[in-house]
Amino acid sequence: MSKRLTGILTPIISVLLGIIVGTIIMLISGYDPVAAYTALWNGAFGEVYYVGEVIRQFTPYILAGLAVAFAFRVGLFNIGVEGQFIVGWLASVWVGVAFDLPKVIHLPLAILAAIVAGALWAFIPGFLKARFRVHEVIVTIMLNYVALHVTNYIIRNVLAAKSGDKTEMIHESASLRSEWLQSLTDYSRLHWGIILAIACCFIMWFLLEKTTRGFELRAVGFNQHAAHYAGMNVNRNIILSMVISGAFAGLAGAMEGLGTFGYAAVKGGFTGVGFDGIAIALLGSNTALGVFFSAILFGALKVGALNMPLEAGVPNELVDIIIALIVFFVASSYIIRAFLDRIGKKGVK
Amino acid sequence: MSLMDILTIVVPSTLLWAAPLIFTALGGIFSERSGVVNIGLEGLMVIGAFTSIVFNLTFFDTFGNATPWIAILVAMVAGAIFSLLHAVASITFRADHTVSGVAINLLAVGLTMFLVKQIYGKGETGIISKGFSKIDVPVLKDIPVIGEIFFQNTYWTSFVAIIVAIIAWYIVYKTPFGLRLRSVGEHPMAADTMGINVTKMRYLGVMLSGALGGIGGAVYAQSITSNFSHATISGQGFMALAAMIFGKWHPLGALGAAIFFGFAQSISIIGSSLPFLKEIPNVYLLIAPYVLTILALTGFIGRADAPKAVGTHYIKGSR
Repeated sequence: MSKRLTGILTPIISVLLGIIVGTIIMLISGYDPVAAYTALWNGAFGEVYYVGEVIRQFTPYILAGLAVAFAFRVGLFNIGVEGQFIVGWLASVWVGVAFDLPKVIHLPLAILAAIVAGALWAFIPGFLKARFRVHEVIVTIMLNYVALHVTNYIIRNVLAAKSGDKTEMIHESASLRSEWLQSLTDYSRLHWGIILAIACCFIMWFLLEKTTRGFELRAVGFNQHAAHYAGMNVNRNIILSMVISGAFAGLAGAMEGLGTFGYAAVKGGFTGVGFDGIAIALLGSNTALGVFFSAILFGALKVGALNMPLEAGVPNELVDIIIALIVFFVASSYIIRAFLDRIGKKGVK
Repeated sequence: MSLMDILTIVVPSTLLWAAPLIFTALGGIFSERSGVVNIGLEGLMVIGAFTSIVFNLTFFDTFGNATPWIAILVAMVAGAIFSLLHAVASITFRADHTVSGVAINLLAVGLTMFLVKQIYGKGETGIISKGFSKIDVPVLKDIPVIGEIFFQNTYWTSFVAIIVAIIAWYIVYKTPFGLRLRSVGEHPMAADTMGINVTKMRYLGVMLSGALGGIGGAVYAQSITSNFSHATISGQGFMALAAMIFGKWHPLGALGAAIFFGFAQSISIIGSSLPFLKEIPNVYLLIAPYVLTILALTGFIGRADAPKAVGTHYIKGSR
């Protein structure tokens, strides 16, 4: 079986396995899987409103997935997307609230603030990895919590109106919202961010596949020593990849800050977008196109899940279980590949 | 408020918050010393917390006052079984350890909340009627000064945690099992050559981490939150991971780190009632454990080195 076909089949099989195990769990706990999956489908694509919500949901997912995938391609594991996402969210809202500017300047400025904030937050683990050889996984995990507590503190003490738990609404001139898109989808929260997300897919593909810099980054990902021997600056590429990854993550935060919500609120825990980004990147085999499709899948699952308790009486956490299982199966793809290889060989004989 | 008053508030509170971290960090040590990265500690604590609360609510009438302790044992078993998923994925199926750990965390929250809704029909369980309550340690409480600070208004679980840490130190550094565990994590091929079953040792390491993580979650839920919801365990597992690293993968180091992090956590909560501490914005205390861990890894506070083979797969016959 060709490598390419195996590469496409593995994620598909993982998704199917996840759904099968999800079905088994429902059967054991006495729910009707057919009703549940029907409700899931209706909740994601049944009405034009839901479609709008699905698109809104997968907009930050695409960017979070790209963030994880980009670092992965350079051989780094950025678990800190969640933290960079929160920081970007806050930065975009801060600029959105603090300034009064014409839209042409204000909106790009707010978006840029999110990108820079995310990039700076990711620069820390990148720098520590390059300079002190500290493993980025631990540093990014720790920075997630630092981001959570620090942003909460800033919202509570600097930005919140009268000891409240959230900031004021951003000014209209910094908003990504669009009456037209909303009316098109029966007043969902759909906003212009989707255009940015799709553009970023293209940017990632172009940067990695078509530029010299991208070649270097991938070379470092394949083999640091070989890249070093070929005269590439490994440390600089490590830092650069984290910074770009963080920029994607920060932009994802702007999607929520400037598009979906228009404010930032004190958070009791993580939003989960960053962690879902890991799942999305893995399922999309860390390519721009793969991330795009798997983000659509996860967005549909997440939004559709909300309909499951209403229509079928099944807790929406079932979808979280399925997502976790998909991650397990993709991660364990060694065993799926071994299985596919065996089938392939039998076919040849 | 005299220093004595402050100490009698701060010390028991510190020990209360430290106990779950100690158990879970020790679990992390067993796993990582065997060479398996365990980001899934958070998820294992979730499983432990869920199991203990459900057991406590269901069987309180049967076991009475012994229920919390039995619930810990049940949570221990549940954690060990759940951690098998991580073991199978990362050892047998050669999954990336970190990815598998992330999946463990996602799965634990999804699965437990699914079950909570199925069993109780809402997003959280009821409050348990008997958790761990404050005690005075007999005899020791009468020691002047020390007794009042350390052995009054405190919790049994904290002392159990400290004793378990000492036992873990003995196991890891003074027994053949510990030597094998460490050798598998440092150089699996050498260990294999000496006839040690690498796969078996790693499975044991991961299951021990599951058992201890389960205990940690059960202690946390039954002494601090008293019920189970999606927010019961929010970062304690990662803080335990931090304690393990800050303690340099050494049981007693992790014990010290966990107590220190417990101190930071408890101060961020009770600090407002203490003089001079209420001046410090508690955001500093909230982020202290994480920042310190990063500094420790960077080498500013002594070099922290992970076991050599941590995160790698051992494939027989490969070089």
